[in-house]
Amino acid sequence: MKRLALPGVLLVALAALALEDAPPSKPIPTPPPRAGAGGGEEHPEVPPPPFSEGIFPCSGCHADMKVNRTRRPLTEMHDDITLRHDEEHRWCLDCHDANDRDWLHLASGERVPFEESYRLCGQCHGEKLRDWRAGVHGRRTGDWNGHKRYLLCAHCHNPHKPRFQALEPKPAPLPPRRPGSEP
Amino acid sequence: MIFAQRFARFVEGSLRLVLQGNGLYWAWIAFLLALIGSGVAAYAAQVGAGLALTSMRDPVSWGFYIGNFTFLVGVAAAAVVLVIPAYVYDWKPIREIVIIGELLAVSAIVMCMLFVMVDIGQPLRFWHLIPPWGHLNLPSSILAWDSVVLNAYLVVNFVVVTHILYRAFCRRHYEKRLVVPLVLLSIPMAVGIHTVTAFLYNGLAARPYWNSSILAPQFLASAFCSGPAILLVVLQLLRRFTRFEIQDQAIWKIAELMAYAMFLNLFLHGVEAFKEYYSDTEHLLYTQYWFQGLGEHRTLVPYAWTAVALNLAAFFLFILPAARRNPLTLNLGCLATYSGCYIEKGMGLIIPGFTPDTLGEIYRYAPSITELRVAAGVFAVGFLVFTLMLRVAVPISLGEFQDEEGSLVTGTAPAIA
Amino acid sequence: MKHLPVMNQAADPGESACSRRQFASIAAAAAAGFLLTACGPRRLREMPKARLRQALDEMEREYAAKRGMAVQVADTPPMPDVLFGYALDLSRCIGCRRCVYACVEENNLSRDPQLHWIRVLQMEKEKGVDFRHADPYYAPAEVPEEGHFYVPVACQQCRNAPCVKTCPTGATWMEPDGIVVIDYDWCIGCRCCMAACPYGARHFNWAEPRIPAGELNPATHYLGNRPRPNGVVEKCTFCIQRVRKGRYPACVEVCPVGARKFGNLLDKDSEIRYIIENKRVLVLKQELNTLPKFFYFYAT
Repeated sequence: MKRLALPGVLLVALAALALEDAPPSKPIPTPPPRAGAGGGEEHPEVPPPPFSEGIFPCSGCHADMKVNRTRRPLTEMHDDITLRHDEEHRWCLDCHDANDRDWLHLASGERVPFEESYRLCGQCHGEKLRDWRAGVHGRRTGDWNGHKRYLLCAHCHNPHKPRFQALEPKPAPLPPRRPGSEP
Repeated sequence: MIFAQRFARFVEGSLRLVLQGNGLYWAWIAFLLALIGSGVAAYAAQVGAGLALTSMRDPVSWGFYIGNFTFLVGVAAAAVVLVIPAYVYDWKPIREIVIIGELLAVSAIVMCMLFVMVDIGQPLRFWHLIPPWGHLNLPSSILAWDSVVLNAYLVVNFVVVTHILYRAFCRRHYEKRLVVPLVLLSIPMAVGIHTVTAFLYNGLAARPYWNSSILAPQFLASAFCSGPAILLVVLQLLRRFTRFEIQDQAIWKIAELMAYAMFLNLFLHGVEAFKEYYSDTEHLLYTQYWFQGLGEHRTLVPYAWTAVALNLAAFFLFILPAARRNPLTLNLGCLATYSGCYIEKGMGLIIPGFTPDTLGEIYRYAPSITELRVAAGVFAVGFLVFTLMLRVAVPISLGEFQDEEGSLVTGTAPAIA
Repeated sequence: MKHLPVMNQAADPGESACSRRQFASIAAAAAAGFLLTACGPRRLREMPKARLRQALDEMEREYAAKRGMAVQVADTPPMPDVLFGYALDLSRCIGCRRCVYACVEENNLSRDPQLHWIRVLQMEKEKGVDFRHADPYYAPAEVPEEGHFYVPVACQQCRNAPCVKTCPTGATWMEPDGIVVIDYDWCIGCRCCMAACPYGARHFNWAEPRIPAGELNPATHYLGNRPRPNGVVEKCTFCIQRVRKGRYPACVEVCPVGARKFGNLLDKDSEIRYIIENKRVLVLKQELNTLPKFFYFYAT
């Protein structure tokens, strides 16, 4: 028996290690959002998503169409959308749910509504999502000690081409002039 | 009451004195009144339209008025250059003329206060500085302290001067127990007023050009040469136009003291320049703007080097006894001292302190016509006050304007020509 | 030839006791007059509430008469347990100056002569925060310009404010909620505060301020955006007329890229606290120990 003790212990140790590395059989639960401490709100109230006129619900057209998962440039419809958002690695159906176009989907396959599109953006832009929940990212309106108004990411950032366009600046201030000197 | 009657005789006699004079006197008075009139008109326009008529703007928010104010506080403090030899050392040649220095101090303080009045944006609110109706932010506000010490210095000098002169008019001796303590008090007060004025600038961390410990000593050094420069000229004029006797020794001693003061002034400027150039931090910018200009902004450079040249010339003229004794070189030296210190204290202090401003902007300040007219008017008021006081003080000192019992005897007016 | 005998002569004591007594009685009368005419505090800061409201009603009447429209001058007091703080995201500001002009409209700033409470400085990324080479007069066709970043500067509402220290009449002070305010009716226009401010945040009315008819914002606060007279100093008040009612300052709301953040430093759940605790925060000219309540940070 004593001669089996050491190999036995080793076997148990190896088994324990092996079990730890095994892939989980169920999805890793997401940690609950932090309460307080600048955690902000879990599901902030937001205005309706900025759909183009008449485009929603998408199922109006897509309910009857066959799903084509082949990566390709779109020619018959939505050809006005230029994708400039990691387009080398992604295309439409990486965000839009293939089976029901009225939804978006996360990397895990979980569907999210357009009203919670921030959860989709937050997959890659995690710090922005945290900051946004805290009220630090994004345009701030409302009451500082009460009801803060939140906007969706899409209200400022075009999800297909998120980079901000340059703006024309408002006029420069007038430099101070001595009395009687020409401007 | 006898008191009131005698005082009435004094006033009447003084009025007669100031209204008597020859052509030169009246030409001088007329000139001063003309400048005052022009100044009042320009100031009225400024009050109506606002300080926009000056060249001051947000980047350079103090300019010609405050520059002159600062210089004149120095002139007022310079009375101490006479008071110390006269009262502390009891040196007769200066003892006889110390009252002229005190009269100059009074005139200079009057000008200082006028310059502050014309500089503030709401002049009718000046009473906000006078408790109990107003409120003085003591102990933290240096300008509040400055208004206290300047008024106190004015009162001390005014009381001493009027007491001595009025008692002499009454053919009585002055009250030693009143005058001597006040006069001795005026010595630290003179140092005090210019130190507090220096602190106005010195305490501002936002302005690195001023935020330097040597500012207060440098102010005093330049004050103690520029104030007596005016005095020396006035004393020579009094000698020339009145029977007032001033010993050569007094004048030469004052000139000698000015040489030492100018040396200190140059030394302190020198050490400041060393610190700025050797440490070579971003704070050098302001000194650079003054001596070299920044890029194409070179407005002040000629003035900087002119001031240096004038101050150096004045120093050498006054350090050589032979040059002190020659009236031509003496007066050239006075002119050089006054102009050199005026430039360096006015433009050389205020404008580089603000240029570049706290956010890096460079605004080219140069006094506007309004500022020049108002400033000339204020100077004219000061000169007028000084002239009129001398007009009464000199005859009293000579024993020519005295109160005979029951009647007014003014003697003949001192011969001007 | 005579010279001055009077300087060397002193008097005997005991003379003219009569005139000394006369002088004393005159002085006493003057002192009494002094006290009698000091009829109550004139500074808005010291006025009792009822008298203050009267003074503000008087102001409202004057403004209405002068401008031909109703103007409210509020006296909203500070909220308890509030200390305002501001944070500006330097990685976001694109220098569009919409904040500058929103402030002009909200706070009744003079249009002619032009007065801005916010100054946006264009700086070079290579040089970093460098005031010597900052340019407030940039005017390209579009912003942001390549290789540049933007630093808007307004009053930093310092906790150790040099302007409050130097004001000779006590016309400027910090309110309990942290806003440094000016009593426009007490300010004498000496501009000590402007010399003292390291941030160029205080501005002077060099001439009568002019606001075109129809552009006046009638919702004002007596320490904030009520129309100012000629010859006094003014500056950013964190939109005191808005923030004391719970709203954000105008610049925070108008910023199109969300670079401006505001809140209560004493509220541990506020976004301003989140920024201070989680982001790289800096203040301008920190070595001057002004302890600003305006923070700059980089969100990314």
